Amino acid sequence: MNVAAIENDFQQKIDKDLFIEPKDAMPDKYREHLIRQISQHAHSEVIGMQPEGNWINRAPSLRAKQILLAKIQDEAGHGLYLYSAAETLNISREELIAQLHSGKAKYSNIFNYPALTWADIGAIGWLVDGAAIVNQVSLQRTSYGPYARAMFRICKEESFHQRQGYEIMAHMMNGTAEQKEMAQDAMNRWWWPSLMMFGPHDSDSPNSGNAFKWKIKRKGNDELRQKFIDKTVQQAEVIGLTVPDPDLKWNDEKQCYDYGEIDWDEFNKVISGNGPCNKQRINHHIKYHNEGAWVREAALAYSQKIQPNAI
Amino acid sequence: MTNQSDLFKYLLHLGDNALIHSYRLSELCSRGPFLEEDLALTNIALDQIGRASSFLKYAGEIEGKGRTEDDLAYKRGERQFYNHLITELPNGDFAYTIAKQLILSTYDVLLFTELSNSKDETIAGISSKVLKEVRYHFVHARDWCYRLGLGTELSHTKLQNAINEIWMFTGELFESDETYNDLYSKGIAVNTNSLKAKWLENITEVLTKSEINIPNVDYMQSGGKQGIHTEYLGHLLTEMQYLQRAYPNAKW
Ligand SMILES: [Fe+2]
Ligand SMILES: [Fe+2]
Repeated sequence: MNVAAIENDFQQKIDKDLFIEPKDAMPDKYREHLIRQISQHAHSEVIGMQPEGNWINRAPSLRAKQILLAKIQDEAGHGLYLYSAAETLNISREELIAQLHSGKAKYSNIFNYPALTWADIGAIGWLVDGAAIVNQVSLQRTSYGPYARAMFRICKEESFHQRQGYEIMAHMMNGTAEQKEMAQDAMNRWWWPSLMMFGPHDSDSPNSGNAFKWKIKRKGNDELRQKFIDKTVQQAEVIGLTVPDPDLKWNDEKQCYDYGEIDWDEFNKVISGNGPCNKQRINHHIKYHNEGAWVREAALAYSQKIQPNAI
Repeated sequence: MTNQSDLFKYLLHLGDNALIHSYRLSELCSRGPFLEEDLALTNIALDQIGRASSFLKYAGEIEGKGRTEDDLAYKRGERQFYNHLITELPNGDFAYTIAKQLILSTYDVLLFTELSNSKDETIAGISSKVLKEVRYHFVHARDWCYRLGLGTELSHTKLQNAINEIWMFTGELFESDETYNDLYSKGIAVNTNSLKAKWLENITEVLTKSEINIPNVDYMQSGGKQGIHTEYLGHLLTEMQYLQRAYPNAKW
């Protein structure tokens, strides 16, 4: 088959809402797009372990510590599902990690913000995982089979993450004056970066055309962001948190919230590597990956001694 | 009738070992040599937090002053902690972690095999659950000893160095404590001195297969069971107890 025939065949499958599987022929651009997106997603799960990991040993109760550690482990597990999905596109985990370290591959901007107080652990679970869920639910119907299936497994675990974060916030809003202040402060710092997680306005996303045509993406950034805002504002009200947006107001006609303008300068600053923790996060990953090299080599050498014929 | 304050202290000892060990393992989160191993080590940490919770909760009940497992974990000072010194040692490299895991999991399998037959039903119940977990911890540590011991020259050297460095903290595990004579004779607690020979046999088997030598150590460190610790414990508690101490009236 020539290239045009392959692409035609491929697009017909997409148009019929069939999943594309690893052995199916696919345009190079589709493969590249997926590698970029899935690896970014995998790296986000893994880098996200750092801000939360920062609080495991300061968790204020044994139960809170267990929940937090189990939650971070889930994220590591999500990273594994996603690396496996990416590997079906003929790229190795080593290569994916090398791309992360060189800056070729990205991870979610949100993890370039610091987790400063215990309330941040609440805010991350509630807002950051809450935003991620909205995006991931829509990706369960993405066109690449392994990615869609990874999303399905991940979504099952994510709702617990959001609940545990919300529970921390609710507890603190029920507590002492200092706790309430801490919770509101975390809300103030995490709200806008959470909205930025959905990316630029659709009118400013020049490259999403193919993603829609190939059904990698099925919903626009603004639609997903709106969904997140609508469900989260009410949750904030229930526990007495103020959303730090003076322009936020219910729009009766549209049956959704209107909200203020996102600070895109800030977004661009962080995305271009100048957020508060960009260097810290990537240096941490590089450091421990490099320190682990001799361990990986030992494991490999040992397995070759035990089973000399295995690759 | 057993002396409740001896039993209380014994339960703190069991709880503290798990609590402090879990702290060091939790520090390794996002620092593993690869993602699967990151998960394996923090899984062990999670088991230990659960174990600490169970023993400290029961300790609070035995004490009878209304203290919860959290009160006991977060509001005692360093001289009231009774964990073994080995659990509080700062993390070194991966070989150091594995050496520690091998020493402790080999010990735990023997200890909790005995304790799952304790005449105290609560201890027996917790211990049978723990026993299932520590068997996995042992297999994990043993397999890594094989890999590191027989993998590359570098990994072999690192593991040998780690074993050499930590060995002086193994003596304490098997010290009998006369405070507990009554608990020993009633079959409630285990005099770990009786586990020493078997422990040495089991660990020697793994290390020999890994081509690692057991070092000659003339002096063993001890003190943990009496609440005399390394300097490291104070820093550990400072971090772990920070929120509870800074906001004494808050519930989380
Ligand atoms: Fe996740
Ligand atoms: Fe999550």
